[in-house]
Amino acid sequence: MKNILVIGATSAIAEQTIRLYAQQGSNLLLLGRDEEKLQLICNDANVRGAHEADFLRLDVNDFDSHASVLEKAYTKLGRLDLVLIAHGSLPNQQACQQQVSTTLRELNTNAVSTISLLTLLANQMEQQGWGTLAVITSVAGDRGRQANYVYGAAKGMLSIFLQGLRNRLYPKGVHVLDIKPGFVDTPMTADFPKGPLWANPQAIANSIVKAVERKRNTLYTPFFWRWIMLIIRNIPEFIFKKMKL
Amino acid sequence: MNTRKSMLSGWGQYPQQLTERLTPHSKRGISEHLAHSSSLDDSPSLIARGLGRSYGDSALAEQVMQTEHLNHYMAFNADSGELECAAGVSFAELLAIFVPRGWFLPVTPGTKFVTVGGAIASDVHGKNHHVHGCFSQHVTQLTLALANGEVVTCSPDDKAQLFRATCGGMGLTGVILQARFKLIPIESAYIQQRSYKSANLAETLALFEEHDSATYSVAWIDCLSTGDKLGRSLLMLGEHATDGELQAHRDSKLNVPLNMPGLLLNRYSIQAFNTLYYHKHTQTHAQSSLHYEPFFYPLDGIRNWNRLYGKNGFTQYQFVLPKSAGLEGMTRILKAIAESKRGSFLAVLKAFGEANDHYLSFPTEGYTLALDFKIDATLFSFLEKLDRIVLDYGGRLYLTKDARMSEATFKQSYPQWQTFQEVRHQYGADRVFNSLQSQRLGL
Repeated sequence: MKNILVIGATSAIAEQTIRLYAQQGSNLLLLGRDEEKLQLICNDANVRGAHEADFLRLDVNDFDSHASVLEKAYTKLGRLDLVLIAHGSLPNQQACQQQVSTTLRELNTNAVSTISLLTLLANQMEQQGWGTLAVITSVAGDRGRQANYVYGAAKGMLSIFLQGLRNRLYPKGVHVLDIKPGFVDTPMTADFPKGPLWANPQAIANSIVKAVERKRNTLYTPFFWRWIMLIIRNIPEFIFKKMKL
Repeated sequence: MNTRKSMLSGWGQYPQQLTERLTPHSKRGISEHLAHSSSLDDSPSLIARGLGRSYGDSALAEQVMQTEHLNHYMAFNADSGELECAAGVSFAELLAIFVPRGWFLPVTPGTKFVTVGGAIASDVHGKNHHVHGCFSQHVTQLTLALANGEVVTCSPDDKAQLFRATCGGMGLTGVILQARFKLIPIESAYIQQRSYKSANLAETLALFEEHDSATYSVAWIDCLSTGDKLGRSLLMLGEHATDGELQAHRDSKLNVPLNMPGLLLNRYSIQAFNTLYYHKHTQTHAQSSLHYEPFFYPLDGIRNWNRLYGKNGFTQYQFVLPKSAGLEGMTRILKAIAESKRGSFLAVLKAFGEANDHYLSFPTEGYTLALDFKIDATLFSFLEKLDRIVLDYGGRLYLTKDARMSEATFKQSYPQWQTFQEVRHQYGADRVFNSLQSQRLGL
């Protein structure tokens, strides 16, 4: 039986992943802000076969609360086999360009809060010498584009942070997985027109469970984003800067 | 809330309607939308939609509210088997989770790709109707969003009229949000099947009588045979096996990727299939053990099989005749079909048990026959001929399959339609929840 901590548990990808681990009989502790939704997801996980699913309230932007909420989580779960961090928001790029405070808030939500949590979690995991830290970033973090570079910068910061963390924790027996989804049809992206590149959160969740099992370092999901991003990263900047992406 | 406007149809691909699809992410989203739209003077017609397996126009309107995100389980009592789940949970998902733990649906229709909400709204029946009734008869409580967005619960004892109108009410009373119902315990995922071959209709009906204590029974009928072979059938009976693994179904790999040329299913190909299928079973009596998937859901193995009928679509004509009219009425209808040379690839005959007290529920004690017909220019006038025979014998058509019956036919054969309307009106549902079907039927 796995002990699993999920941060941002009400996100669509997290919820689908929780379902899969519930069906495996895992012990789940879910953190998030919307308690009504957390209760719904907990009940669902319990019916689906979780050994036990419970939740604690956490507002990731309340940095001061991170340490105490995580302490409670350690007490509740004991050994951590897997921590999945899934919270995030999709900034309105135009609004960020107009307002410094909006940009900073989005950077906090999408990167700084996660780094705060990871700093605490990494020490805990290092101490226990075991487990996997899995964090949802984005393909948007691979290269800055005019359409969403605030989001991209936040996710890119996370990915680099995770690289360093992986390097540090490898000898300690702790694995770090960077999950980079492409376009996913979730409430976060409800306003976007959908095309053939869009995936559903169930497919993303399946690939996450597999990647955790196989101790992958970076997961592009669905798989074809690895190749799309390879091309995008390799376009020379003097061309890239003229493109409308 | 996400909205998209596109052409939409039921499983029969007829009729098609330009529809705005709402996909609310939560119960609250549904309530808020209803509260808003019911406050407008002129709101578009709206109906809830699950997996779109009703054949005709019952889940079509200017706006459909898809329940795909209502997919949570609330609670399960492993002692009593009582499950509470959201309306968008499909029978397929439910079986995948509960069969390995030794539980099965109390009643299931011929496809597992229906939602719990859809099953209640259609008051679906299965091969065990003669012993266990409709799905809704196993529902102990349901939660409904009313026209003004208010969320209420009802049960056979609490707001009983609303409950009886909602079960079988085709979504016309509100949006079903969640339901509580009892699963049945099983020891195996397998079914012990016995099959019998009959030479004609009288023999077929006699076999149903003889085996009325079997849990599951259904007959496949060769609807193109004539003369003294009219109504020859294969009767299949089933019981849950006591040995064999508790293994859920697997996702099917076969798919019909696009509409086939309409000519593929013609009277010759259908006749050939029917003759071969009948003679495939050489013995008059056989016994076997098979998984629940091929027993209950033989067509689920081919995704999008509805495309075999081509882009003009098809309709399923399912009627019931009271028991007293059985042999005589069924003979007249089968003769009319055989004479028309309009074969149905699948013709399924089943004996129903007693009717329930849900106002628009379809089953009533007697015999039901379901036939698929490809839509062409002369089909509907032919079906009107059949309607008259069905009405002559006091029968009726299944709303979930219907795409074309007239208002007069409906009102004559569903005598409780006025009570149903009154309950709808009492809850303000008639102003908001309307489908193409309800408008056609004068509801």
